[in-house]
Amino acid sequence: MQYAYLLILITLLSAIGYYLGRQRSSRLVKQEIRRLHSLPGHYGMYVALWCSVPAVIILGLWITLQSSAIESLVISALPPEIQSLPQEQLSLVLNDIINIAGGIIVSDAPDEFLLAAAGHYNQLKGTGFLALAALLMTVCAGGLAMGMRYIRPDMRARIKVERTMQALMLLCSAVAIVTTIGIVLSVLFESIRFFNQIPVTDFLFGLKWSPQIAIRPDQVGASGSFGIVPLLAGTLMISLIAMLVAVPTGLMSAVYMSEYASDKIRTVVKPLLEILAGIPTVVYGFFAALTVAPFIREMGGRFGIDVSSESALAAGLVMGIMIIPFISSLSDDVINAVPQELRDASLSIGATRSETVVRVVLPAALPGIVGSILLGVSRAVGETMIVVMAAGLTAKLTANPFEAVTTFTVQIVTLLIGDQEFDSPKTLAAFALGLVLFVITLCLNVIALYVVRRYREEYE
Amino acid sequence: MVRSRDDIVRTIGKPLLADDERVKISCRNVNVYYGEKRAIREVSVDIAEQEVTAFIGPSGCGKSTFLRCINRMNDTIKSCRVEGEITLDREDIYDRNVDPVLLRARIGMVFQKPNPFPKSIFENVAYGPRIHGLARNKSELDEIVITSLEKAGLFSEVKDQLDHPGTGLSGGQQQRLCIARAISVQPEVILMDEPCSALDPIATAKIEELIDELRRNFTIIIVTHSMQQAARVSQRTAFFHLGNLVEVDDTNTIFVNPEHKLTQDYITGRYG
Amino acid sequence: MNKQDHEARLNLIKSRLKIRYAKEKAFRAAGVTAILTALSMLAILFITIVGSGYSAFQQTFVRLDIHFDQEVIDPERSGDPEVFSQADFAGLVKKSLRKKFPDVRKRRQKRDLYSLVSSGASFQLRDMVMNNPGIIGSTKTVWMPADDDIDMYVKGHIKAGEKGGGRIKDYKLAWIKELSAGGAIEKRFNRTLFTSGDSREPELAGIWGAAVGSFYTMFVTLVLSFPLGVATAIYLEEFAPKNIWTDILEVNINNLAAVPSIVFGLLGLAVFLNFFGLPRSAPIVGGLVLTFMTLPTIIIASRASLLAVPPSIREGALGVGASKMQAVMHHVLPLALPGMLTGTIIGMARALGETAPLLMIGMVAFIVDIPAGIFDKATVLPVQIYLWADSPERAFMERTSAAIMILLAFLLIMNAAAVILRKRFERRW
Repeated sequence: MQYAYLLILITLLSAIGYYLGRQRSSRLVKQEIRRLHSLPGHYGMYVALWCSVPAVIILGLWITLQSSAIESLVISALPPEIQSLPQEQLSLVLNDIINIAGGIIVSDAPDEFLLAAAGHYNQLKGTGFLALAALLMTVCAGGLAMGMRYIRPDMRARIKVERTMQALMLLCSAVAIVTTIGIVLSVLFESIRFFNQIPVTDFLFGLKWSPQIAIRPDQVGASGSFGIVPLLAGTLMISLIAMLVAVPTGLMSAVYMSEYASDKIRTVVKPLLEILAGIPTVVYGFFAALTVAPFIREMGGRFGIDVSSESALAAGLVMGIMIIPFISSLSDDVINAVPQELRDASLSIGATRSETVVRVVLPAALPGIVGSILLGVSRAVGETMIVVMAAGLTAKLTANPFEAVTTFTVQIVTLLIGDQEFDSPKTLAAFALGLVLFVITLCLNVIALYVVRRYREEYE
Repeated sequence: MVRSRDDIVRTIGKPLLADDERVKISCRNVNVYYGEKRAIREVSVDIAEQEVTAFIGPSGCGKSTFLRCINRMNDTIKSCRVEGEITLDREDIYDRNVDPVLLRARIGMVFQKPNPFPKSIFENVAYGPRIHGLARNKSELDEIVITSLEKAGLFSEVKDQLDHPGTGLSGGQQQRLCIARAISVQPEVILMDEPCSALDPIATAKIEELIDELRRNFTIIIVTHSMQQAARVSQRTAFFHLGNLVEVDDTNTIFVNPEHKLTQDYITGRYG
Repeated sequence: MNKQDHEARLNLIKSRLKIRYAKEKAFRAAGVTAILTALSMLAILFITIVGSGYSAFQQTFVRLDIHFDQEVIDPERSGDPEVFSQADFAGLVKKSLRKKFPDVRKRRQKRDLYSLVSSGASFQLRDMVMNNPGIIGSTKTVWMPADDDIDMYVKGHIKAGEKGGGRIKDYKLAWIKELSAGGAIEKRFNRTLFTSGDSREPELAGIWGAAVGSFYTMFVTLVLSFPLGVATAIYLEEFAPKNIWTDILEVNINNLAAVPSIVFGLLGLAVFLNFFGLPRSAPIVGGLVLTFMTLPTIIIASRASLLAVPPSIREGALGVGASKMQAVMHHVLPLALPGMLTGTIIGMARALGETAPLLMIGMVAFIVDIPAGIFDKATVLPVQIYLWADSPERAFMERTSAAIMILLAFLLIMNAAAVILRKRFERRW
């Protein structure tokens, strides 16, 4: 939280810079603003930017680098026999030090060197903060002075300020790119480490998934197997069930809403469907586990079918309900984009409304509808909470929707939830699954977006 | 006497036909409302069989609206309401027993902008016969499609590319495709809503030629904003102004010797 | 073509009309069915949630006469709060129960007797003493939360005694009957649900901790994603040159909007926790992850609302000599702001309901304390729902539903705010 004070400090100094810059510019021309190239406010902004931008950059760099710098300093001050410990144990020791420094009691009697190190850690942190504060003050003041010195009546402050603002905006847009790169790199790096231990072919084509790796070599199932085929099958089955529910319902709702419903019905039903879209997935998950799964189990029992309490059917059905509004609102847009002239042409030959819809409107809207279905599939594949709460954990290669299957997302959650050591293939496998998931959804999204875009261009 | 704009103009000229036998469509005291607004006022007119009748008038005068009443395309607009009587072969088309689907099979329509379906040329023309079940088998369907394309004067141009998309044709060809589509169900009347407004002069000339050809088999009503076009293709002309039907007469009379001041001003280009 | 041909053709068309209209009707019915299916699913969902959750807003309380024994609380009469807080308040409760049911002798039965009252009762008594040491030595009538089994039984969620197949022993049932006959059992408004953090005991668990966690997380998300999203949208819509890079950026943003949320969780785990070493389970990390998730929504909505501002406004401003930046900042942005805010609220509502990525960064930990800042360990409402849904106790089920109702209420308020904002500032150009 202390960094917030530094930010406030920078803001304050910048405000002062703004004020001073304004003052100075108008004083330079003896209040005859017309003689200035830009408005006094622009000169103020100019000084404020000089004051704040370098300081904020330094603050950001400091925050990113500080913890690792302090850690390496603390480690180098540790007794040599501890420094020579293997990497994993060293990081445990470091963890203890940080905990002690934060006032958390690790054990009843921590070692002497730990206490000393914790003291060292806190001391470094304290000095670091003071140094940072001093540095920022200097940079701010320096920037302010620089900015003030540059002010001349003929200096093009507005253009400079606007260029800087534009550059800042560009930087903001870069965040979106950085996010994607971050996602790709973070899953890719861990996946590569995973594939160093487990061959890619075993991963992609293996028919068995049981990630439990025994701690001792003599335990049962000592080596985990990491074949994703059963996960893929499970994911596809649940997604298929979901789409079987969502596509007809969503599409027919959209058709009815755009071709038949009166304005009155539309104003009532549309917001209701939007509510369906706004319900958090965890609620759907609870609904699936609490209501739908037991219901299906009971119905199955009545017909003599053995239904698992975590059946793919239950998860798929509820996921389908979740995707209905998604399909219907996207298809609604797409259907509305079909020009009215085509409908008129069909009706004027004597087609009924349904003939017009089935033979003219839907074929014309097909690319867009396919696009929205693909986006729906992408959502089904990546959906997590419903399957975590209502689908199974064991990977089974089956085509029976009454059995429990598991999905990519369920496995990612179970592998990563709770405490984990970060190097075991078990946790790394989660990232490999994340990579597969990302690639699948990326393909679906890009195809869908491309199809929809082409479709829109056709009718615009 | 100063007339307020709400006054109903009594149509002058010859709105009603003397020869009852020739009447295909007759309209009596037709009013059309969009919500509260009255778009067509007390229009009474007869349309003669196997003849081209042109509706002219400045834009927004209600000629298109009136045209769409004749095959009940206005049904699709929710706020639109039609009063009065329109008969086709002495049968009230707004009667409750009249089926709009059947009516539209008898009164086809061609629109302002060429609007072929995003399907093949063949499928475009086959659409009507298919939904109405007019062809018992493939060869009959082929025959209907070919005759319709021939009648629309398009067959020779597209006979090798019947499976190509209709949207790939030129504007004029698209419009003739739409005409072929309209005549594929062999309607008795064809309504044309400014069919040439989106076309270049050469394509326009072709369509006009075609209209003259089609007159032998069909009763045609054409809405146009081009007076020359009306003069070229039509036998009778009706002049609309602000929702009123001002004057109806033989095309020659209207263009050579109009009775009403408004008609005269319009065709001499004082406004438009 | 002659009249007879026309007649024949019309008859042919007529003959098929009946079937065609039947098909039309069936198609229409299918449309209505689809909408009714969707709406009835919504109704069933709400009915089950409300039906299983409304009772959680009440909690069963047991009335006991507690003697605040000086010997137990502060035998040395020190008057020191430190001493009070160490005292055996559970003993006071047990004593009072024994007094009420003097016949209970067996050890097993005694244990059952003590479990009538929640283990949280002793904290309640301690707080009473800490707030008012004057009550030491006196006897007070105190309403204390009943144990969750009793609560469930009183609410009718679990079956009665062993013979009825239930899990409450018959003699325990008799005590409950005796207590309620004496007016010593009562259902009261469940304040704990709104004021406490999580707990292993259903009757002591509340959503306040999660709500505060959600608040901090949303705060971080809003503070980061709104400026970033708006700046990006302005840049892309008003300043960016049209070239391959902006095309890629656009595809990238649209794709990000459809990336599964759990992948953002992996990003948070790998980058913020493992690389930058930010604390696990902290709202700051949750907020960062949700920022990345919300950003595309805000950017897309903001761009749409910038696009809706007609070019004439920009041209007007440029025409009087404003720079492009001034035209955008002074004229376009104020007009586009309501649309941007609407998009932001919708994005925030989605972020408020998001669970999966937060599981990845450790916000599923069992946390009793109310978080005090964005670096504290915390959980959020949807994750709390997930945790409670996973708990075996029957009493947690109704609390899960209640928490869902509260979450949905928040979401409805946010969406209603977005709708009102849109209606109020909607402009047709």
